[in-house]
Amino acid sequence: MGTPSGPLDYLARWPLRLWLAGVGLFLYAPLLILIVFSFNDSRRTTAWRGFTTRWYASLFEDGELLAAFGNSLVIALVSTLIALAVGTATALLLWRFRFAGKAALEAVLGLPIVVPEIALGVAFLVFFTAVVPWPAELPWPLNLGAIILAHATFSFSFVALVVRARLASFDMALIEAARDLGAGEWLILRDIILPHLVPGLVAGALLAFTLSLDDFVITFFTSGPDTITFPVKVYAMVRFSVTPAVNAASTLLILLTALLTALALWLQGADLGKEAA
Amino acid sequence: MKGDAIICFDGVTKRYGKVLAVDNVSLEVREGEFFALLGPSGCGKTTLLRMLAGFEVPSEGRILIDGQDVTAVPPNRRPVNMVFQNYAVFPHMSVADNVGYGLKVDGVGAAERAARVAEALALVKLDNFGDRRPDQLSGGQRQRVALARALVKRPRVLLLDEPLSALDAKLREAMRTELCQLQAKVGITFVMVTHDQDEALALADRCAVMQRGLLQQVASPSDLYEFPASRFVADFIGSVNLLEGRLVVDEPDHAEIAVAGIAEPLFLDHGVTGAAGTSLWVALRPEKIELHKYDPASPAPPHPGDAPPGRNVVAGTIRHVAYLGSESLYEVELGDGQRLKALRSNLTRWDQEDFALGEAVWLAWHACSPAVLLT
Amino acid sequence: MKEQPARSAPLLFTLLAVPPLAWLLLLFAAPLAVIWGYSFGENRTLIDIAITGSWANYARALKPLYLAILLKSLLFAGITTAICFIVGLPVALSIAFAGPRARLALLVAIMLPFWTNLLIRTYALMAILRTEGQINSLAGALWGTVAVPLGAGPFEPLPLINNNFAVLVGLVYVHLPFMVLPLYAALDRLDRSLIEASLDLGAGHLATLWRVVVPLALPGIVSGIIITFIPALGAYLAPDLLGGTNSQMIANIIERQFRSANDWPFGAALSFLLMYLTFIALAVQALAQRRSAAREAQG
Repeated sequence: MGTPSGPLDYLARWPLRLWLAGVGLFLYAPLLILIVFSFNDSRRTTAWRGFTTRWYASLFEDGELLAAFGNSLVIALVSTLIALAVGTATALLLWRFRFAGKAALEAVLGLPIVVPEIALGVAFLVFFTAVVPWPAELPWPLNLGAIILAHATFSFSFVALVVRARLASFDMALIEAARDLGAGEWLILRDIILPHLVPGLVAGALLAFTLSLDDFVITFFTSGPDTITFPVKVYAMVRFSVTPAVNAASTLLILLTALLTALALWLQGADLGKEAA
Repeated sequence: MKGDAIICFDGVTKRYGKVLAVDNVSLEVREGEFFALLGPSGCGKTTLLRMLAGFEVPSEGRILIDGQDVTAVPPNRRPVNMVFQNYAVFPHMSVADNVGYGLKVDGVGAAERAARVAEALALVKLDNFGDRRPDQLSGGQRQRVALARALVKRPRVLLLDEPLSALDAKLREAMRTELCQLQAKVGITFVMVTHDQDEALALADRCAVMQRGLLQQVASPSDLYEFPASRFVADFIGSVNLLEGRLVVDEPDHAEIAVAGIAEPLFLDHGVTGAAGTSLWVALRPEKIELHKYDPASPAPPHPGDAPPGRNVVAGTIRHVAYLGSESLYEVELGDGQRLKALRSNLTRWDQEDFALGEAVWLAWHACSPAVLLT
Repeated sequence: MKEQPARSAPLLFTLLAVPPLAWLLLLFAAPLAVIWGYSFGENRTLIDIAITGSWANYARALKPLYLAILLKSLLFAGITTAICFIVGLPVALSIAFAGPRARLALLVAIMLPFWTNLLIRTYALMAILRTEGQINSLAGALWGTVAVPLGAGPFEPLPLINNNFAVLVGLVYVHLPFMVLPLYAALDRLDRSLIEASLDLGAGHLATLWRVVVPLALPGIVSGIIITFIPALGAYLAPDLLGGTNSQMIANIIERQFRSANDWPFGAALSFLLMYLTFIALAVQALAQRRSAAREAQG
């Protein structure tokens, strides 16, 4: 495909290819260098001194980091479950019913997505210290509650959006058919609508999980000394200096995110394929 | 000059990956003619038109316009303009801005532009529509805008992609006539893509029939219908009975072809170039088959025009009747179970009652009616 | 079946309506309302804040020192958005008109960094922009082999980090996908035959871009601009990790009020100023979309 097959085949034109290559380099070179130097056998992260996995080994000896990682996973898991339940209810509500204030609800629903993270972060900080103080001495994992609630707040909007998009492709005639065959509201919800929603629920759950795992700014304001999450811990290390250990920790998180993204894309791809067939 | 070749496809091939969309097509379009590219969907006709417009670049071969190789010329520098299937009228511009767009990008001054836009709008009978927005127009009006927009550039060739497919049946009929008149008036060569054979036969001076990327036949509409070059063309254009047969007699002035299920070999009033025993096909149009009453008491076959007695007749039973208004289509089952279609004009209001379902009939046809196909 | 009135299935309606409404009210509206209240308050003691209805915090936020930071944040977000648009438009065009396989590959390539942790992406930039980072060591090696033999002095590391330049690089790096994806979506929705018609009528690619593509994709372009502008305006990590003392943005000032200066009312006022700017940007987007929707509804 060296020569354009038509005037709109922009991808085959060399200036655009050069441009794309430049953008690709810009987006990927920093990440690739980060990953490569996580295997560098030196404290310095500029000159290559040979391959090693000792920085990864050191991560697994760092109790604080492991605890932070455990916290992150628990927070992501629980907040995802909450976001899934509340988000699905929201999507079903907006799809199924007509009611006063619906347009307002739709507008408000988009706010947790667009409100600046820093504003939401400080709001949670004040809320969980001054208004409803979250007891710090609760046993693990209950002490993570404030962070979980904060994460569920911004991720349930995303879940609602994804599930609603899935509902838009629902064939209304199926409900009429079920009703014609004698099913009531509950049976229709359980037997007809929820099975149709499964791909949307999976995609929404993966999205919520990734968002929670990735969040730094909001968590930064909500976490206390005993409730450090992985990104917050990495931030503390980053503030200190650029070290191969941080590179290794980052690489692991990149890998985890890439896996989750691939899973989401694959599930959505399989879903699209099914619809096309 | 009228009649000279204006467009020439020279061995043009287009591949998309491994898919062959257009396969080694060579074709000439003459100055001033209304030319149709006809074929089922996916036959490559649209690709051929888009290559002519410059939206696709051929994988192999050359395209010449006025003798100049335009294969690598981008669409904005070709002396052709196109009327798109969905009309592609710019929704954010008024009708006049749409029509004047091509002149504007060519740097034509405002005064001349206004005059030419008005002239083009008058040509398509949209005189006072210049200030309208496209969303205030009907489908037929949008098509006129698209026509005016292309014609205002005074192209050497006007390309039309399925021009009538998006219109409803009545409007389509009216637009056909109008397109013909428009072409006669402006004298520009028109190249049209269509999957609708009626449209092609009614509008075009000549048609190219395509199938699976291959050019099947280029001929006038009547030649395509009466003298098809292949079973595909015979079957694609109109309705046809295709009979597989074997050549038994081949003389310069007549030929005889044995067909299973018909007692005597079919008689043709012309010779066939082929050795005796060659297997071939006979294409017989339904309207060229006559229906005659069958009288069991005296089963003498009728005598169809120019064929020797007893030839080109076969007895059968009517198994299906479709009343179509102006004519009736009869499906007649022969002794061996094969069915032939015969079409009969309803000349009077009572003709449709002449033949009934289940009735035994004779089918007969002239020696000059069947077309012999070797492929 | 159309949407049903709530009373047709009251139990189901209540069950579906209560969780989101309660959640939004208690965990979204309430915290923000508290901050909003604080923005009209003043510190009595370190943790005792009285909501006095005073505008003093806002007045202080608009004093030259803070106004300058606010304007700088707007400027940084604006420059970031402009660069993202210029860099992203050709990318979006290439993707929108690519074949299905190339398109999927390119979309994934754009999305993957988008999904990677913001902190890690910022850190990755930090690592290569540092004085002893990859770019400087590469430039130093080049200088050593090319310039020094020609009589130039020793290599001076390029000032790539802890300045405004680094913040802008970081903001563009992080926000580029925010621009490319909506632009791509808008271009993908565009009727290709309109672009072809423009080319067919004699317009070149740039004329077509300007006269046909941009006007028709305008709602998507506005979306892309707003979607990029809003997070760039509120960015915290890029100025925090890549910027110097001179390149603080509004989010960093807000953070300082809450975590070190302990001036919550002032921080709350700044935070709400940021929110108002966000809402203005959103209103612009809504307006643009309503206009294009109205135009489409006519057709």
